[in-house]
Amino acid sequence: MIYREAGQFKTSYRQDAAIFPILQDRIAIWFYLFVAFIVIPTFGSDFFINSMMIPFLIFAMASIGLNVLTGYTGQISLGTGAFMGVGAYACYKLTTYFPETNIIILVLLSGFFAAGIGMIFGLPSLRIKGFYLVVTTLAAQFFLEWCFIRVPWLYNYNASGAIEVPQREAFGLIVTGPSASPSVRYLVVLSIVVFLTWIVSNLIHGRIGRTWMMIRDMDIAAELIGVRPLYAKLSAFAVSSYVAGVAGAMLVFFWLGAAEVESFDVNHSFLILFMVIIGGLGSLVGSFLGAAFIWMLPIIIRAVPKMTGLDINASTVEQLNFMIIGALIIVFLIIEPHGLARLWAIAKQKLRIWPFPH
Amino acid sequence: MFKKIATGAVIAATALTMQTASVSAQETLFVPSLSYRTGPFAGNGIPIANGFADYFTMINERDGGIGGLKVVVEECETGYNAQKGVECYEATKGKGALVYNPYSTGITLQLIPKTPVDKIPVLSMGYGLSAAAIGEKFPWVFNYPATYWDQMSSIIKYIDGQEGGIKGKKVGFIYLDVGYGKEPIPLLDQLAEEMGFEVVKFPVGVKEMQNQSSHWLNVRKEKPDWMIMWGFGAMNATAIKEAAKIRYPLDHFIGNWWAGAHADLEPVGEAGKGYISANMAKAGTDMPAVQDILKYVVDAGKSQVSDRSEVGKVLYNRGMLNAVVVAEAIRIAQEMTGKTAITGEDMRIGLENMDLSDERLKELGLEGFTVPIKATCENHGSGGPIFMHQWNGSDFERISDLIPPMTDRVRAMLEEAADKYIADKPGWQTQDCG
Repeated sequence: MIYREAGQFKTSYRQDAAIFPILQDRIAIWFYLFVAFIVIPTFGSDFFINSMMIPFLIFAMASIGLNVLTGYTGQISLGTGAFMGVGAYACYKLTTYFPETNIIILVLLSGFFAAGIGMIFGLPSLRIKGFYLVVTTLAAQFFLEWCFIRVPWLYNYNASGAIEVPQREAFGLIVTGPSASPSVRYLVVLSIVVFLTWIVSNLIHGRIGRTWMMIRDMDIAAELIGVRPLYAKLSAFAVSSYVAGVAGAMLVFFWLGAAEVESFDVNHSFLILFMVIIGGLGSLVGSFLGAAFIWMLPIIIRAVPKMTGLDINASTVEQLNFMIIGALIIVFLIIEPHGLARLWAIAKQKLRIWPFPH
Repeated sequence: MFKKIATGAVIAATALTMQTASVSAQETLFVPSLSYRTGPFAGNGIPIANGFADYFTMINERDGGIGGLKVVVEECETGYNAQKGVECYEATKGKGALVYNPYSTGITLQLIPKTPVDKIPVLSMGYGLSAAAIGEKFPWVFNYPATYWDQMSSIIKYIDGQEGGIKGKKVGFIYLDVGYGKEPIPLLDQLAEEMGFEVVKFPVGVKEMQNQSSHWLNVRKEKPDWMIMWGFGAMNATAIKEAAKIRYPLDHFIGNWWAGAHADLEPVGEAGKGYISANMAKAGTDMPAVQDILKYVVDAGKSQVSDRSEVGKVLYNRGMLNAVVVAEAIRIAQEMTGKTAITGEDMRIGLENMDLSDERLKELGLEGFTVPIKATCENHGSGGPIFMHQWNGSDFERISDLIPPMTDRVRAMLEEAADKYIADKPGWQTQDCG
């Protein structure tokens, strides 16, 4: 009923290979974009935009970055937090040196620094795999964290050791700093996220993405066919770190406003890995679903007792939160080990033939 | 799925907005409390949050609130995490919040730039950005009774007064390697140069808090004459245990006022005998107002304390002092503006005209509770004196008179730091103190 595909014929290879082959999905995408770009900034409250939507988009972006590496190329990484940090500190230094340059360009540029660092730490992946690679990326995490504390040049010798975002304008609007309105920051973040998701989606569906997946599925076979692991793995590290770096720069510039090293610690690497696993390895939609699950659900759970007028202590709610989220993670992984994206795919398959199942 | 999330989110947002409206419709004095009863620093966060909440409960029960309006304290759990702290701020600021007490230097640094925009002051009582004491440059931030720099200078002064002065001595500085611990370093370096002593620094990362053997091995190698500690949470007890293990003389080991509470020393017990730390508010229950808390709140079962003996401990009383200052600021703001339901802007006026003198403390039933706090337009840090107390194996004993800070040195450095802070922030709101 919902997916009535009668009359939708594919008459060219182009149509057959489309990312959204069903008309309803294409309409839905435009509808989501309409909601995201028009409805939410117009009607969302400051709290909703600032504490839910902006971080959700930023973490979704970071999840996409990790998904490129872990989901599509099969290289597990625990260094995402640090690569985000590289992007953030790079953007901070860039805007210190080039205060007049449009901050959005600097955010996009700062990803290249993260990509460079990511490639250096990706080199061991040519020799080692699996758990051993996890350990080397963990080393990257600790080494970079150490740099963020011990290299005062990175934070302009601030006594507090934190990077504080100066006020910057773009297109005549204040986009960073405390005076920037949440809606403006949200729209900037949303635009960057949509743009980069589109780029990554094209990469994944193209030649490069296919070599990544070949490496993931069987690296020896891929090598025999003619895929060069050096290029495939390093390009995956570069793209992944680039996206993570941009996410990190956005995290500081469009959300937090100031950050210490603790914003890029190993807990964030785990957080993003969880988002990827819960959302679904090797799925862009999954990155968004995972980020929504891990970031938004706790906030909603926290708000429930107050909305219903229950008088529960803030700390008790927090403990309950940990328990509920933990239980839900286990439940979802038992129901569907391939994550929320797979659940969604199954649901859609059922919807397409509903109400006449086989 | 995406659609469901979107609708769900929109519903949640609407509900949140509606709830905001219903709260601000009632006439109350809304004071959010950013607490941390969970996480690595919960041991310190719980007594602070209890003391803060209990004092206001007592005021509501005994006096019916302030100026006839009840004080509503809403706790929001931060877990000492800056991101969650900002989330708490965003979630509560729309409900007519009067003032924020973040109890974390990390959260304070995040909130400072937001204060002039949202017109809600931040009271970081004895922590946070030291430079915020310069009232002209930071109209919305208050950090009395003393900044970290004041406190450090008082500690140096105390050391200078012992055993023939500090000149030529070696001072070790062990600190938690985050914004909080690094805050006093510029002053310490400057004083070392001016007063002719040597500083050795021992940074302790958050992850190494409970494993400091290597740091104390270095201490043993360096043999400093005095040790100063800027520690928090589990770091304190570990450091004191390690110091005792290498037989460092504990009466030459001085913590700041976040490194000298019952929560820190009770796990160490007898082994920590002799350890000294700074403090700003008296511990104990021998004050009428504290007795009222026991009577109206704790015995009535309206407190979250697990045991009656929790009342009167160092951090409980510090949370209470914070509440006393906020209550006093509300009262002053009500007096000066002539309205009872005040806003964040009025609250700022109240905080700026704070005058918690000895007489006023006596009126409040808190004689000798704290050092006098007096703020002015120029001075939001008060620059008050501190005192030292020493652990005797089971409790703290006060061992010094009030030690005033080296205001002449500190003030100049604070001004320089404040100028540096606002230098790269065009359009930063300052005020003219005439």
